[in-house]
Amino acid sequence: MIAPLAGQAAAPATAIGQPNAVAMAFFFFFIAVTLGITWWAARKTRTTEQFYAAGRSVTAAQNGFALAGDYMSAASFLGIAGLVSTTGFDGLIYSTGWLVGWPVVLFLVAEPLRNLGKYTFADVLATRLSQAPVRIAAAVGTLSTVIFYLIAQMVGGGSLIKLMFGLSYETAVIIVGAAMIAYVIFGGMLATTWVQIVKAGLLLGGAAALALLVLAKFGMNPLALFAAASTKYGAGMLAPGKLVANPLDTISLGMALMFGTAGLPHILMRFYTVPDAKAARKSVFYATGLIGFFYLLTFILGFGAMVLVGPDAIKAVDKGGNMAAPLLAEYLGGTPFLGFIAAVAFATILAVVAGLTLSGAAALSHDLWTSVVRKGQPRAGEELKVARGAALVLGVIAVVLGIVFKGQNVAFMVSLAFAIAASANFPALVLSIFWRRCTTQGAVASMVAGTVGTLLLIWLSPVIQVDILKHTTAWFPLKNPAVLTIPASFIIGIMVSLLTTDNKAIAGYDGSVRDMIDGRRAA
Amino acid sequence: MTSSHHTLAAARWRIAIVLTTIVICIYFGFIALIAYQKEWMGSLIAPGLSVGILFGAIVIVASWLLTWFYVRWANNHYDGKLDAMNREAK
Repeated sequence: MIAPLAGQAAAPATAIGQPNAVAMAFFFFFIAVTLGITWWAARKTRTTEQFYAAGRSVTAAQNGFALAGDYMSAASFLGIAGLVSTTGFDGLIYSTGWLVGWPVVLFLVAEPLRNLGKYTFADVLATRLSQAPVRIAAAVGTLSTVIFYLIAQMVGGGSLIKLMFGLSYETAVIIVGAAMIAYVIFGGMLATTWVQIVKAGLLLGGAAALALLVLAKFGMNPLALFAAASTKYGAGMLAPGKLVANPLDTISLGMALMFGTAGLPHILMRFYTVPDAKAARKSVFYATGLIGFFYLLTFILGFGAMVLVGPDAIKAVDKGGNMAAPLLAEYLGGTPFLGFIAAVAFATILAVVAGLTLSGAAALSHDLWTSVVRKGQPRAGEELKVARGAALVLGVIAVVLGIVFKGQNVAFMVSLAFAIAASANFPALVLSIFWRRCTTQGAVASMVAGTVGTLLLIWLSPVIQVDILKHTTAWFPLKNPAVLTIPASFIIGIMVSLLTTDNKAIAGYDGSVRDMIDGRRAA
Repeated sequence: MTSSHHTLAAARWRIAIVLTTIVICIYFGFIALIAYQKEWMGSLIAPGLSVGILFGAIVIVASWLLTWFYVRWANNHYDGKLDAMNREAK
């Protein structure tokens, strides 16, 4: 329950934090629909190919929506709208940063990935490098990315749901965990894909409706809205402000977002769900359009919340500004619309964690168990059981860590996940696809250095040392290490490759170029 | 393995590198302007429209146009060559 702060005359009476019948109804409707989808998908999920890759039956447009669903997290919906509503222009830096990774995904990884692999991005590395070492290293990179992203989603989700629905934090985390485990274990990739599609539709529809209601107040002219913001809160709202005090930090975060997207295991895994490389390519085009449209909407939502609700009222409900979009919905459409947007935010979190868990389970079962422990010769029917078991274990771990990290500042874990994806997964993937001389040792060194280097520098950075451990200074000055770790990871991969020889890798390169082009191996 | 595979792979690789470089330049150019040309980015082109907001929207639209350009190139040019190559192989 949120008491209006004393002396905050601007704080409106809000139903946020009170059990909201409409929110509950929408939310249980979403759960019912998605469990129905899971039941339907479960009957079509009998083989590993169906479990990991939805039988490669997803169309380009469906996958475009699912990619958008996987990517548009609560952080990007609530967080960016909140940031724009309280800082104006500075928040838009994030809107653009979250989109520019998609062209990179398309140009560099989507098609080679689809043609060279089966279920995980490690498949691509293993086409010509030695199986065991690259799969172990890739699994470490994947699991680190997945776990940090999961913790951030769980903790963020638990607090948001507590704030919006008035449920207890633990109840919220357990509900998210239980639903997510059900989707993944029973419905595999097919259910996860459709949960993402439904969620993407709801999120885009909700955000677009909200933006239309805002624009209706300003003669359908976004510029009138921005002008109102600058009249009310100063011209500084339309100009870069103090959020970019350290340009190098901004560039570093930008690099993590740009190259991290092409290294996120749950995004990469989606390219195996479509029938061929052409569909993979088209699906990124759809996803980029949907995500770009969504981030353009955040301009309207953020400035709309600033003008109509006001930064002070937003901060009075939640210091981080995360409630800007829900408050705006309440202002424009009353409690029912608030309930709808709150349910959309809940669905958003649920869908993202399902995608993450499935990709983590694939790394454990396909990369570690089947390919390394069983040396590619699993017993009949075994891999599917291991994959489901791994999903259950990861889901339980996510719930437990979500509860352990209750109340902690975990916002940095999202940028940490992106930094690991950008420094550990992306360079090795690119080197192995495009560079003949890349050796097993080089790829492994690059992945290990990327993971360890990122973890170490984050530990030494102000986000841990100053914000969490309350030390006065931090050894490493940047909040995000990507500006250092991405080039380092490439250089280490190249140096080690040049210093070692891997005849099998070089001999396999011509074959992998052919497969990358015509996709015969993956057909 | 034929040399036409290599030629086609090289053509895709060149396009990929050029387009990736363009995206990098657009985005980090935007960030650099924010970092070092704050005042200019805050100047108004029209009431309510600052240079920065316009550029932010352009970055988003440009990313989308670049993916559109690539998909068009790949669908028309690349896939056509690939089909021709596969027919020859048969």
